[in-house]
Amino acid sequence: MLKVEDLVVSYGGIEALKGISLDVPDGKIITLIGANGAGKSTLLRTIIGLVKPESGKISYNEKEITALNSQKIVTTGITLVPEGRRVFSNLTVLENLKIGAYMRNDKAEIEKDIEWIYGMFPRLQERNWQLAGTLSGGEQQMLAVGRALMCRPKLIMMDEPSLGLAPLVIKDIFRIIQEINAKGMTILLIEQNANMALKIADWAYVLETGRITMEGTGKELLENPQIREAYLGKKKK
Amino acid sequence: MANKKNLILTILLLIGCFALAWYVNFETDSYIRRVVNLCMVYAIIGLSMNLTNGFTGQFSLGQAGFMAIGAYVVGIFTVPVALRPAVFYAAPMNPLIADIYMPLWLALIVGGLLAALVAFLIGTPVLRLRGDYLAVATLGFSEIIRIVITNAQTITNGALGIKDIPPLNDVRYIFVFTAVIFIFITALINSSYGRAFKAIREDEIAAEAMGIDLFKHKCLAFMISAFFAGIGGGLYGALLGTVDPKNFLFTLTYNFLLIIVLGGMGSITGSMIGAVLVTAGLEFLRVFDEPLDLFGMAIPLFRPGFRMVIFSVLLMVLVLFWRHGIMGTREFTWDKFIAFCKNPFGFFGRKGARKA
Repeated sequence: MLKVEDLVVSYGGIEALKGISLDVPDGKIITLIGANGAGKSTLLRTIIGLVKPESGKISYNEKEITALNSQKIVTTGITLVPEGRRVFSNLTVLENLKIGAYMRNDKAEIEKDIEWIYGMFPRLQERNWQLAGTLSGGEQQMLAVGRALMCRPKLIMMDEPSLGLAPLVIKDIFRIIQEINAKGMTILLIEQNANMALKIADWAYVLETGRITMEGTGKELLENPQIREAYLGKKKK
Repeated sequence: MANKKNLILTILLLIGCFALAWYVNFETDSYIRRVVNLCMVYAIIGLSMNLTNGFTGQFSLGQAGFMAIGAYVVGIFTVPVALRPAVFYAAPMNPLIADIYMPLWLALIVGGLLAALVAFLIGTPVLRLRGDYLAVATLGFSEIIRIVITNAQTITNGALGIKDIPPLNDVRYIFVFTAVIFIFITALINSSYGRAFKAIREDEIAAEAMGIDLFKHKCLAFMISAFFAGIGGGLYGALLGTVDPKNFLFTLTYNFLLIIVLGGMGSITGSMIGAVLVTAGLEFLRVFDEPLDLFGMAIPLFRPGFRMVIFSVLLMVLVLFWRHGIMGTREFTWDKFIAFCKNPFGFFGRKGARKA
């Protein structure tokens, strides 16, 4: 579905991505793990068109989207849940969701989708009229996910959804990710919480300082001794 | 049901206000009429400025320039052709426009459109800037507009200004413009465009990731704001009966900045309240400018200029206690108003409890 080939991105002379290729097949959960500064967020920002690549190619359903701007990319059905949630904090929960549907014009369907999201996150419905900034971290993350779902994406990219959340809430979020995936949406997940992320991943990539150093099914990587040492905090036996 | 009730209440309020405007127009003296008119004109320009500064979050200080454009279009085209040689006595009017006459409403709209066009030309390069830089750039452009006007002698009569504009002192006329603009901006803010503006204010990156075209929306907000500032400026010119470049110094912009900060950045009803408070407040404080004798002693503080001291102190107190202006980003709604009427004492307490 999404294909990235030899992607190079640099910020003022420093290469953040040094030629990355990856594949996101339809209907799967693909995970990308890596340390801080490995280039994970840069990759997502480049796919959604917020950052322009130096070279390389991004294609989506066989069509090249490298040169498109974010508006066009969002209409093709890709959406981003940005790092640190970035909900619109002085707007109500409902307004946040409506902005998510900004690219759509079908009022009746939008209403239906809002109901659907409230069904999935009853907490958001309770806080319908509350300003998003007054929600707890976990609720804000739910809102960010809900907002992204409002544009009816086929591919939803999440940038560290577990950032700054309590372990119990993280469990919730990952359960929701699996639920969304079960509804047919493809997910590209970026995480530092390698343990959780690998458990639900169909396929995973390891990113280190701008290069992909390893890939495999989530289970394989979980059992890989190098990964266990570097990301899961287990000592060598 | 609730929506229908609110709509009826709003229509009733508008009719009530219009009746009040009618009353003010015929039953009060010209001083009160002037103050009421000025309140409404300032409300229009406050609303227009709130659209860019409060709702879209772009700190622009170009309002005086856009007002000048609107005011000058009204000045140039509504002076009766026969009177023009007397107005343009230093240098005759450019023959291309010397014979064009427009009724006031047309001149207002042309002035607004011209202001919007200039906003587009200015906005294209300038709206890529943010925060303080945008403020400085728009401030500069507003001065450029004023200086161009000062030097285009055959079109604008230069530093002499244009007098003999048919005076407009009809409260109902200005009220209709204010009401229409108020309704338009309310509808705009509640549409998907309005939500996009607010999303840009809150977080540009998240807004862009939602597929909102930042530049297009900033430009649109800037142009609509300039359009209404142009209309407001035109009404201002018609109200004064004369336009002069010195009326449109950049200090004029700060009046409106004051109005929107006081009323609440990002609140439509706040801008209206702010406009009335600032304009009428300055007038009612005039008692402090007059000498006061108490028990046969002249109080030395009461002299011309003292009212500005009082006004500034009041502003400081207001800003200290209402950090986000009187309304913040909230709006007046009928539901809240009814809740307040039913239980005026419990209203504020309940709100506090809900927040906690």
